[in-house]
Amino acid sequence: MNLTLKIWRQSGPDDRGDFATYDVRDISDDMSFLEMLDVLNEDLIGKGQEPVAFDSDCREGICGTCGLMISGQAHGPEVTTTCQLHMRSFSDGETITVEPWRASSFPVLRDLVVDRSAFDRIIQSGGYISVNTGAAPEAHSVPVPKANADRAFDTATCIGCGACVAACPNASGMLFMGAKIAHLGELPQGQPERDSRVVSMVNQHDAEGFGGCTNIGECAAACPKEIPLDVINQLNKDFRKAKKGAH
Amino acid sequence: MRSNLQAVAISTLPAKRAKRTGKTGSSVYLKTVMAVTGIIFVLYVLAHMYGNLKLFAGHAAYNEYAEGLRTLGTPELPRHGFLTIMEIVLGVSVVLHIYAAVTLWKRSKTARPQRYAVKKTVVQSFSSKWMRWGGLALLLFIIWHLIEFTLFKVNVGSGGQGAQVTQDPFELVVHTFDTWWMTLIYLVAMAALLMHLHHGVWSASQTLGLAGTPAARRYWKLAGLAIGVIVAVGFIVPPLFILFGVIK
Ligand code: HEM
Ligand code: SF4
Ligand code: FES
Repeated sequence: MNLTLKIWRQSGPDDRGDFATYDVRDISDDMSFLEMLDVLNEDLIGKGQEPVAFDSDCREGICGTCGLMISGQAHGPEVTTTCQLHMRSFSDGETITVEPWRASSFPVLRDLVVDRSAFDRIIQSGGYISVNTGAAPEAHSVPVPKANADRAFDTATCIGCGACVAACPNASGMLFMGAKIAHLGELPQGQPERDSRVVSMVNQHDAEGFGGCTNIGECAAACPKEIPLDVINQLNKDFRKAKKGAH
Repeated sequence: MRSNLQAVAISTLPAKRAKRTGKTGSSVYLKTVMAVTGIIFVLYVLAHMYGNLKLFAGHAAYNEYAEGLRTLGTPELPRHGFLTIMEIVLGVSVVLHIYAAVTLWKRSKTARPQRYAVKKTVVQSFSSKWMRWGGLALLLFIIWHLIEFTLFKVNVGSGGQGAQVTQDPFELVVHTFDTWWMTLIYLVAMAALLMHLHHGVWSASQTLGLAGTPAARRYWKLAGLAIGVIVAVGFIVPPLFILFGVIK
């Protein structure tokens, strides 16, 4: 198929940036979106032009680096990551607009590449459990009920891609944060730091300049890992209880 | 090749640590303030709607109800004591609700200074898009409503400003709503209230931690719609019946 691409080009953090339009030809249905961009870049390099900068690493949907806003949807029209998005989701002759995540907390570095280290700082502020290193403890010494283990596992699948922030009308990072709160909050190992964790993470989230959640639901709809909206419910509840020192 | 490329690198070191919002300025705290004050409003509008429906019981019964509110709790409370307490609670709530709403609104604006050229909404409800401007419309409406019925008792309809109209709750209501454009204003305001409650009730449930499962989420979204419809319809029926001459 042949496509027209409107791609955001920005030479650096201080550049104003603008859209550039490119045509790509003979794209196969079976290519991923990133492979299609590779084809474009080969072409640009062949013509002596600067290739489009975009992030990718694993290209198998597990690292979370490859997020792009594709015709107004984070990671494009399917519930998956950009690297796992097939070109068969588009039709011949279509014009596709490609933009970087837009949030003041995710500044654009170049073209489609944004700096998501605000997420790392949120995790550093409390998204962990403290353990003493040494001999590994006996795995069966701390039983975890199946339902809790399942929910912890499901919410642990967050890959930190930032699609939730990108899709949110408030550019809020609550789904990302809620996923970590739910993941660690379901497990016995997460209990000792449960109160301090939620308070520190919310503080860091706000300090990074993410917006406040208004329970719209665009985040959960955009999430490639289908993190459910109720993790934000738990985040809110844990935050309120933490002020009373409940956990 | 472009010659103006700048070198870029990222670091996860906490390089720029912005000013912290602290406990009471945190976004979750502000949301909680909005939810709690919002629930106070919901309880209030339900009670208010019930009172308005007394218009159907006739002139005497309606005025008796209005007088009953003024003497509620007497002799322990002075005359109008209960209403004064309620007015203070509601007044403080409105200030807090608006303060939280405006603070979060401003934060959302700075959180995305550059908008998308193309943005699709996937699940966002129509009601939720109108929370802020619709809330502002409700505020303007509430101010007018208080001027009209509480502070200055203005009769815009027929019958003049005489005490026989302005000091008689039933007469004042009837003379107001047999004016078609007054009923129209109320119709618009109730549409805004319906939408505000449709999203607001569900949103408050999630903010207060009551929507922890997909089933609870569906339940609260339905509850929001139901409460919104009940309140809006309950409020608009008496004015319509007055406009069409059924209550007079
Ligand atoms: C005085 C003018 C008002 C303004 C400016 C206003 C504004 C807002 C805004 C911006 C929100 C946040 C929306 C969101 O979370 O998506 C909100 C939430 C809410 N409002 Fe209002 N509102 C007003 C009056 C009212 C009234 C009269 C009621 C009830 C009858 C009400 C009930 C609620 C409820 C229940 C919420 C949900 C709280 C939450 O998100 O957790 N509001 N309001
Ligand atoms: S919650 Fe979903 S959308 Fe948000 S960062 Fe994690 S995986 Fe990405
Ligand atoms: S490149 Fe790793 S998730 Fe897409």
